[in-house]
Amino acid sequence: MSESLATVSYIGATILFILSLGGLSSPATSRRGNLYGMIGMALAVLATVIGPRVTPAGIGWIIGAMAVGGSIGVIAARTVQMTQMPELVALMHSLVGLAACLVGFASYIDPGSSLGLTSAEKAIHEVEVYLGILIGAVTLSGSLIAFGKLSGKIGGKPLMLPGRHMLNLVGLLVVIYFGKVFMDAHSMSGGLVALGVMTAIALLFGIHMVMAIGGADMPVVVSMLNSYSGWAAAATGFMLNNDLLIVTGALVGSSGAILSYIMCQAMNRNFISVIAGGFGGGAPVKVDAGATAQPVGEVVPVNAQETAELLREAKSVIIVPGYGMAVAQAQHTVYEITKHLREKGVNVRFGIHPVAGRMPGHMNVLLAEARVPYDIVMEMDEINEDFPETDVTMVIGANDIVNPSAQDDPNSPIAGMPVLEVWKAKTSIVMKRSMASGYAGVDNPLFYKENNRMLFGDAKKMLDEVLVALKS
Amino acid sequence: MPLKIGVPKETYAGEKRVATVPEVVEKLIKLGFCVAVESGAGDAAHCSDDSYRAAGAEIIVGAAALWSAADILFKVRAPSPEEVGLLRPGSTLVSFIWPAQNPELMQQLAAQNVTVLAIDALPRQLSRAQKMDALTSMAGITGYRAVIEAANAFGRFFSGQITAAGKVPPAKVFIAGAGVAGLAAIGTAASLGAIVRANDTRPEVADQVKSLGGEFVKVDYEEEGSGGGGYAKVMSEGFQQAQREMYAKQAAEVDIIITTALIPGKPAPKLITAEMVKSMKPGSVIIDLAGEQGGNCELTEPGQAVVKHGVTIVGYTDLPSRLAKQSSTLYGTNLFRLAEELCKTKDGIIDVNMEDDALRGLTVIKEGAITWPAPPPKLPAAAPQAAKPASAMPAAKKGHGAASEPMAGGKLAVMFGIAAALFWFIGAHAPAAFLGHFTVFVLACFVGYMVVWNVTPALHTPLMSVTNAISSIIAIGALVQIAPPLVPGINRPDDWIRGLAVIGIVLTAVNMFGGFAVTHRMLAMFRK
Repeated sequence: MSESLATVSYIGATILFILSLGGLSSPATSRRGNLYGMIGMALAVLATVIGPRVTPAGIGWIIGAMAVGGSIGVIAARTVQMTQMPELVALMHSLVGLAACLVGFASYIDPGSSLGLTSAEKAIHEVEVYLGILIGAVTLSGSLIAFGKLSGKIGGKPLMLPGRHMLNLVGLLVVIYFGKVFMDAHSMSGGLVALGVMTAIALLFGIHMVMAIGGADMPVVVSMLNSYSGWAAAATGFMLNNDLLIVTGALVGSSGAILSYIMCQAMNRNFISVIAGGFGGGAPVKVDAGATAQPVGEVVPVNAQETAELLREAKSVIIVPGYGMAVAQAQHTVYEITKHLREKGVNVRFGIHPVAGRMPGHMNVLLAEARVPYDIVMEMDEINEDFPETDVTMVIGANDIVNPSAQDDPNSPIAGMPVLEVWKAKTSIVMKRSMASGYAGVDNPLFYKENNRMLFGDAKKMLDEVLVALKS
Repeated sequence: MPLKIGVPKETYAGEKRVATVPEVVEKLIKLGFCVAVESGAGDAAHCSDDSYRAAGAEIIVGAAALWSAADILFKVRAPSPEEVGLLRPGSTLVSFIWPAQNPELMQQLAAQNVTVLAIDALPRQLSRAQKMDALTSMAGITGYRAVIEAANAFGRFFSGQITAAGKVPPAKVFIAGAGVAGLAAIGTAASLGAIVRANDTRPEVADQVKSLGGEFVKVDYEEEGSGGGGYAKVMSEGFQQAQREMYAKQAAEVDIIITTALIPGKPAPKLITAEMVKSMKPGSVIIDLAGEQGGNCELTEPGQAVVKHGVTIVGYTDLPSRLAKQSSTLYGTNLFRLAEELCKTKDGIIDVNMEDDALRGLTVIKEGAITWPAPPPKLPAAAPQAAKPASAMPAAKKGHGAASEPMAGGKLAVMFGIAAALFWFIGAHAPAAFLGHFTVFVLACFVGYMVVWNVTPALHTPLMSVTNAISSIIAIGALVQIAPPLVPGINRPDDWIRGLAVIGIVLTAVNMFGGFAVTHRMLAMFRK
């Protein structure tokens, strides 16, 4: 296959990738979108393998490597639990980061890649290598830490090193300094040392950055790392003079950036402050005890039987799921209850906060897995107006996203964050394991409202009991 | 100083409704308003002066006294010229107005220097406006009452029965137009036991008809009849021909026809011809709910019940008024919801916020200036944000993907400045080959930006996994390194590079196959 044919195949692949993302605008077209993505990828890989830049000597290696990696990937995709999606996605980001690093190093030690370049071109090439490895390394270590946090292998509390902003700044300066060393290096070994030091610092920076971010901000981090993995691919594209990589990387990068932006909006936080970290732990956001209004009133606990009673008498029900539902794997029971109520003519809908769960769209995927029809799953803006006309809202394992103090209490750390106004319903039932506060470390006045009931216990177990009670 | 809401007695002949009922008065007072009711206003709707007084309202004798005392007037029917004269400048009137049909009234009202909210001008397509939608609540009553009127005029049972005295066949009811009134009529007739059929030019309502126990009768002709805003539009000649044939067939079969077909701003379509009426069985009934707009039946006499060719044709135009207590309660509640929107601070002071889509649509005259018709409201994508109740924080957030507000000029200038400096720097120093790639990069960022804003939030997780799969395109980088064509004269550390590249391919292959597979698995789960 000639160079030109390979190039037009790349253009074809680019178009297919764009169509693939475009397909996700509605669930109905999304499956075809995914198919476009697969075709585009197959086209790109095939065009490269049989193209002019790969000689037959490499085919065996390529097939072997693809077979090994591909089977691992497919098995992982088959076996992953839907509740573990955030972990899987984080892990996959780290792979992209690592691949970017490896390709960068390989490109650097390959004298063929910078052959025949003018000095300005060579300088740019070196900057590209340096940046590609830098972004790749940050993505790698950051994603691994995110994976650890999401899967509970590392505690969710943010790690606060003293003077962490200073540390980051020093790291940045060292990286810039070694960038200069790298550019000036005359021998390959000298350059490699600089690259190695930079990689180590970038890895540490990635670890530090994600360690400092609390659990509630995870959706931002996951989407940000998604963005990084795209930029890493784009940087690699510049390094290898490959437009397909540049375009694809830019698509993925901007997609992740937009998701991060949406998530930040949903929490009324600005991007810098999320990245600077420290929100999720409570400690650094402690306001003077007097300033934050202490909720007054009594908590009214109910049992499963009474919950079922409330649901049975309701005409319209809105269910607000949160991370707790994912942890307890309660989505199937939720659907059973939904189905039962809908058969009885109750109007059951779901209200999804944009940052419910640990990654963008997490709740939607879980509910889809449990076969909840997507037309009764509403966004926050679609459903917030309907709470006053709702008889019962069930909050399952969510806390901060239904906290009225975000609206009422200007001193609250989550003030101004858009929340689901569940307290406006005639009755709200909050399912929680205990009275502990959410990730933001803020007390929730909702629990003390007159029309609120608390159903304590594991979400799955309690919902099973509610279902039995409903059916009896 | 809280404002006083005045509720006068309706003066239109035969009007029995009243704009508020005692239960609603209590809620209005909780919002901080004072309420004054004209003595005898609720008599026809079975709400006595005493019951209003018990709810906390002040009773004022005489229309003139009431109109001059009130800051806000709640009415049902549009005011008569005399009533317009009673309006105090600076006050606010809420009632049905029908500004398109009543231009003189609009002029008179504007001359009084008042603010007028026409409850019929509500932008009904806003979901949060539904609680104020008096047209819908009145239409629901109309549909119910239409069946009751039909039952009254019809000489038989609705439900089929087998009794000792013989077998009674069920009544067959055909309902033309499945809007709010039509659907209410379907539900009512079905619950009385009749066999109900219905037709509408908008095919999407078929499911609603079925859900209420009706049977949807299709017209044998392909054409889409939705005219926006939930209304129907005028159909083509071919369609109308097919529709007439279907109606003729139904007319000969059924006992009762209820017609509800209306097209906004046009005379009602003549669906039932004199021929069809003749073909109906003696004793049959036609209830024509479009009487006010000329009627759907050629023989309808608006406001009257007449018998022609043995068929009772009812063209009453005051069905909601015939169910005065119910209509007053619903209408009163609609107005209460409106009052809530007007008075978010709950201190009895109203704020006619023209930035609010729903209020903007309702306001036909603002302080003497005619503001009707309102610009079409922003559709749901952007609208819900405006619906946010006033919270303690000045939260000015944009909806998903709604970059409707232009950025502040200064900020924009700074951004353009930075971009220009950056581009200049790149242009001044970078070689031509780089610029080609750079162009591609910048354009791709913009394409990504445009495409991704269209992704529905429900699919954000699949979006991440598919972008993840796509970012494994980095495999290309490893592929071209594994065994490139040899360039003579260079000492290339082949084994090292190959090792790195093979690992790279394995890693990206995990991502590539895993990412697409898991996305596929997720998307397969999304179902309606």
